[in-house]
Amino acid sequence: MTLVPLPYRVVDRRAETHDTVTLVLEPAGEALNPFVPGQFAMVYAFGIGEIPVSVSRLPGGQRLAHTVRAVGAVSRALCGLPAGAAVGVRGPFGTNWDPAVARGQDLLIIGGGIGLAPLRPLIDSVLAEPYAYGRLNVLAGARTPGDLLYRDEFPAWGRPFGAATVDRPSGDWTGRVGVVTTLLDEALFTPANTTAFVCGPEVMIRATARALIHRGVRPDRIRVSLERNMRCATGHCGHCQLGPLLLCRDGPVVRYDRAEPLLTVREL
Amino acid sequence: MALARETAFPGATRIFEEGEKADRFWIIRSGTVALDVQVPGRGRSVVETVGAGALLGWSWLCPPQQWHLGAETREPVRAWQFDAGAVRNLCAEDPVLGLALVTVVAETIGDRLRATRTRLLDLYGPQGSQASGPTP
Repeated sequence: MTLVPLPYRVVDRRAETHDTVTLVLEPAGEALNPFVPGQFAMVYAFGIGEIPVSVSRLPGGQRLAHTVRAVGAVSRALCGLPAGAAVGVRGPFGTNWDPAVARGQDLLIIGGGIGLAPLRPLIDSVLAEPYAYGRLNVLAGARTPGDLLYRDEFPAWGRPFGAATVDRPSGDWTGRVGVVTTLLDEALFTPANTTAFVCGPEVMIRATARALIHRGVRPDRIRVSLERNMRCATGHCGHCQLGPLLLCRDGPVVRYDRAEPLLTVREL
Repeated sequence: MALARETAFPGATRIFEEGEKADRFWIIRSGTVALDVQVPGRGRSVVETVGAGALLGWSWLCPPQQWHLGAETREPVRAWQFDAGAVRNLCAEDPVLGLALVTVVAETIGDRLRATRTRLLDLYGPQGSQASGPTP
């Protein structure tokens, strides 16, 4: 089933930033199996190609939301699709955030750039069960204020603590300026009782994980979502290999104590 | 802490200016301070913000003891203010304390250097990045 794309239709399209669009997809016939936060789909723009894209929301029913940044031919084509357009989708693929491991604990959800997108379904699931977890901290970093995703949703995420920081502020930006790890100084968490979920550029992931460990968060309590060149999404082609891991199958979500030794090796 | 005194700044207050003598420093207790640099023709450009628990100012430690950046409160700020000369004198009298203090300041400088280098990589840009999560 997952090897053959199923036809889906774009039922909603929302421009998030100048180069980033959220598409809501609905099956045009048979539906894929349900996704869970952290997993990804291979989304096929007909005649151009397919790319892996994490779910950025699970809107209910059989719908899927994907937030896509236009960076290549396929992602540009997907970003340009109007409502009603058809795409092919296969999935669900990969490991998930597994929020159950964080029950009863403080949460740090840290996204850099478009990395906030795969974290949004996790935030949704945590907010749906607020008494199952400790304190929720959502920290986001972006290049500029205009690149921040989901700004209108952020106020609802900021309880008890949420903050965004940018590298390059514009004139009207009154928020924080600097790397996302600087927000850890103000986040509300007890390191020994915290689980962290981190997604973003790999250098940001490493810097964030090191900052968390320095503060006392256990490496096995840090979950990171890693990206590699995923092609088949079934663990056969090897394009997404990271040492012993095939990230389309063993990832994208990986425990940091497992990923860390692999992330600083020049060649594997 | 005997050398510290509590101080408070309203929002939008200039605490120090680039090039001025760096004769004090602060530990921020609450609020946020923006560090900026004057860019000819473009006014002040914010390069970083620092918040609660952070050291505000390290230029007092090393010659020429002039601020490299300007600082302005983003919101009301409460802080411990220290007289830099008195702290330097204390460090000279007590090398153990001096080493501990310099280590803390060096850690702050190192953190900011690493953060600056990371930002120079322009990590969040579209080049070589992903559509969302896994690579496109």
